[in-house]
This record gives sequence, C-alpha cells and structure tokens, in this order.
Amino acid sequence: MDTIIDRGAPKARNFEPYASNGGSIVAISGKDFAIVASDTRLSEGYMIYTRKQSKLFQLSDKSVLGCTGCWCDTLSLTNIIQSQLKSYLYDHNTIMQPNSIAQLLSTLLYSRRFFPYYVYNVLAGLDNNGEGCLYSYDPVGHCEKVNYTAGGSSGVLMQPFLDSWLGKRTADNPVTEEEALSLVKDAFTAAGERDIYTGDEVVYNIIKKDGIQTGVVQLRKD
Amino acid sequence: MEFVSQNWIPGNFKSVPDTGRTAHDVVQHGWTPITTTTSVLGVVFESGVALAADTLTSYGSMACFQNNPRILTVNQNIIVAAAGEYSDYQFIRDVVEEKVRTEKSLNDGISMKPKALHTWLSRVLYNRRTKMKPLWSTFLVAGVQNDVPFLGEIDKLGTAFVDDQIASGYGAYLALPLMRKAIDEKREKFNSKLTKDEAVDLLKKCMEVLYYRDARSHDKYQIGIITKDSVEVQNLALKPRWEVAKLVQGYE
Repeated sequence: MDTIIDRGAPKARNFEPYASNGGSIVAISGKDFAIVASDTRLSEGYMIYTRKQSKLFQLSDKSVLGCTGCWCDTLSLTNIIQSQLKSYLYDHNTIMQPNSIAQLLSTLLYSRRFFPYYVYNVLAGLDNNGEGCLYSYDPVGHCEKVNYTAGGSSGVLMQPFLDSWLGKRTADNPVTEEEALSLVKDAFTAAGERDIYTGDEVVYNIIKKDGIQTGVVQLRKD
Repeated sequence: MEFVSQNWIPGNFKSVPDTGRTAHDVVQHGWTPITTTTSVLGVVFESGVALAADTLTSYGSMACFQNNPRILTVNQNIIVAAAGEYSDYQFIRDVVEEKVRTEKSLNDGISMKPKALHTWLSRVLYNRRTKMKPLWSTFLVAGVQNDVPFLGEIDKLGTAFVDDQIASGYGAYLALPLMRKAIDEKREKFNSKLTKDEAVDLLKKCMEVLYYRDARSHDKYQIGIITKDSVEVQNLALKPRWEVAKLVQGYE
C-alpha cells in the first residue's frame, strides 16, 4: 500500500524567453503618401507597463517601421536595423531606399529562423517614384508588398474592416489621405473597444514628399 | 583564450570557444529564482525621482535575509533598484560598480547617465535571455539627465521602457493604481507634478499597502531619492496598524 503522497519533483519554472506585449499597427499606402499608425499601450497579461510607448520607428525621412509583439525583440531588431542603415549611409553616402530596407528586414528576421524575433513588422515609405509603399511581414521574414494592412494584437479585428473599405479599390479610385487617416482612427477606436491590449493613444505618421507629419488621437484608457 | 583547438583534426570542424548554450545546459539549469525579493516602486516628481524597495530576501516562503538592501547608488546621477533573484542583482551591482570605478580612474569628469545605464542593462539582460541563461531580475533605473527626471524599467527578458510611475511584481497590481491616481489627480487639479514630499509620502503609503497584502514583503524598507544635486537613501520602517485586521470578516 502506498501511503506516501507523491508530491512530485519540485516544479522547475522553465524560462520563457518570449513575452506578448500587445499593441497594434495599421498602415495604408496611397498615390503620394503612406500612413502608419500604432497604439501606445505596452502591456503583459493584465498589467499595463506604460500608456505612452509608441511602436513606430522612423528609419529615414521617407520610411517608418511599425513593430508589435515581444517588446524586447522589437528593441533589439530596431537597434540592429538602425545601425545597419547608419553604416549603409556612411558606406554609400545615400540613405537606403524603402525597397532595400524591406529586403534587409526580411533577411534580418530570417537570420533568426530557429529562434525568431517575435515581432510583427509593417514597413511604410515612399518608393523611388514618390508613391506610397507598404511591406507586411511575419516574424520569420516572409515579406509581402501590400496596399493596406493591420497587424499586432488587434490585427485580426482590423484587417476585415480595412478589407471591406479598401479591398476592391481600383487604380482610378485611389484612397485619399483624409480617407486613410479617418479609416485608421476608426479601426483603432473599434479595436480599443474589444481588445484589452490596444488602447490609450494612437500615434500616426503620414509620410509624404515634403516630410513626415505626426499626430496623436486619444483612445479609451481602461 | 585559444580560438582554435590544439587538437584540431583536418577535415573536422574547428572548435570555437563557448558557443553559448547546449541542449544539455537548458535541461540542466531550470533557471528558477532561489533567493527572491518582491516589488520595487518608482515615481517621478517635479525635480527628481524616488524609488522604494523593502529589505527582505525570501527563500521560498521563508523570510530568510531581513536586511538586504537593494537600492544602489551608482553615482551622483543614477540610483538603481532591483527585484527578483538577489544574487543576480549582486552580480549586476558588482559589474556596475566596476564600470563606475573604471570611469572614475579616467578622471575626465565624465560620469555615466541614467539613460546610458538603462540601455546598457537592457542589452545585458536581453543578451542573457537570448542565451537562455537569464538574469532573473527587474531593474528600475532613476536619475536626472539634462535637468529632466528619468525613470525606466528593464525586466529579465530585456523589456525596457520609460514612464513617470513604475512598479514591478505585486506592486504593479496593488501600488501602481494608487500611484497613477495620485499623479493624475495632481496633474488634473494643479497642472503640475508631485513635489518631493508628496512623492515620498505616496511611496510610504504604497509600501504600507503592499505590506498588508503581499506575503513576501517586509516592514523594513528603503527609499532612494535622486534630484539634480542630491542623492540619498533613507532607511525606514513601517508602523503597522493591525487594528484594521478586525475589519477583515469571515475568518473567525
């Protein structure tokens, strides 16, 4: 008869190298602009770390990267990209074009294929012809050129919304800057209602020929 | 260190020293914290930053070491507070103190600033998490840089951010709402930040609340205060009011 209660071996808490820190990105490209927006809530579980952490990283005067997912990986990845861009600038005496940054980012992500950067990236910019361009990624480096995208914790909520408004647009009916900005605001307001990892504020960057215009919209803070 | 093994055989791979982890290492070390400390709190006030942390180091549920300070005065610009595995804090403390000594011996009048240490810590902790050998610690870095108060957190993954009020562990659930309320009310009513005294009183209140509900907390604690031209660490003790205990009903 087994009278000894087997309490089992002491449970070793296995180290989990990833955290899900929430946050969402929406980006829309147009004829002569690209807009990219993120919320500013950084969280984990039921904790809000901070209400004012933008997830947009300006890479040059015509490209902005939006990153959500594991914040520690985001910090590392963006640091590496920024230093690579700096050495490219010093080597070639010219800033890297968004299509080249897009390939660089894909290569960087795939370099960690078997211990990935847990980051969802959206790269927005103006291409060589001054037209808006947008690249959407998965964490291991799959890259796709798109016209609009939503990513991060509310990506699944906002993508169908963007699909319904922008999915069947044709070249003779391009999205305007005002319309794009208003869609971005509406997408985030709706996401803030249903996703606890999206909220507090939206910061957006509108990339145009004559510079990057930034703005802030308030979201619910509960 | 040798970069090529003496016993290298042509046709075989050269051995490279310490390539980091092996599958064996990951299984061997559960990397679970042993001697742990609980919450740290930090709040920005108008002219500086205040940090609070108790002096208890627990060994599981045993209140093991009751006088372990964990607020570190790095130099005249920075104070750091740590939570989590105490030995990992001691390791980082030794490295940071070494950095400060090196810096002093250069004698060029330049000393480390809080943003630099915050970034440095985030890189060290991220590097260790990527090797799957984490330093099981959360750090708050506080100081004044270019006349602006700075408060940042780094956790064991390398997750780093900056805010005006930060709490780790149970403090994030119990104390952070009190701190955010106090700061928001002050801003809404007077359009200003907390004064130094208000910030210290707020931290004292938060430490009391934590002492009542966080079973790994302690009544002896420290508050570190840094402003542009002063650094001090106060040793404090709570005067608990257990008459509130009888307000808790249903356990008679």
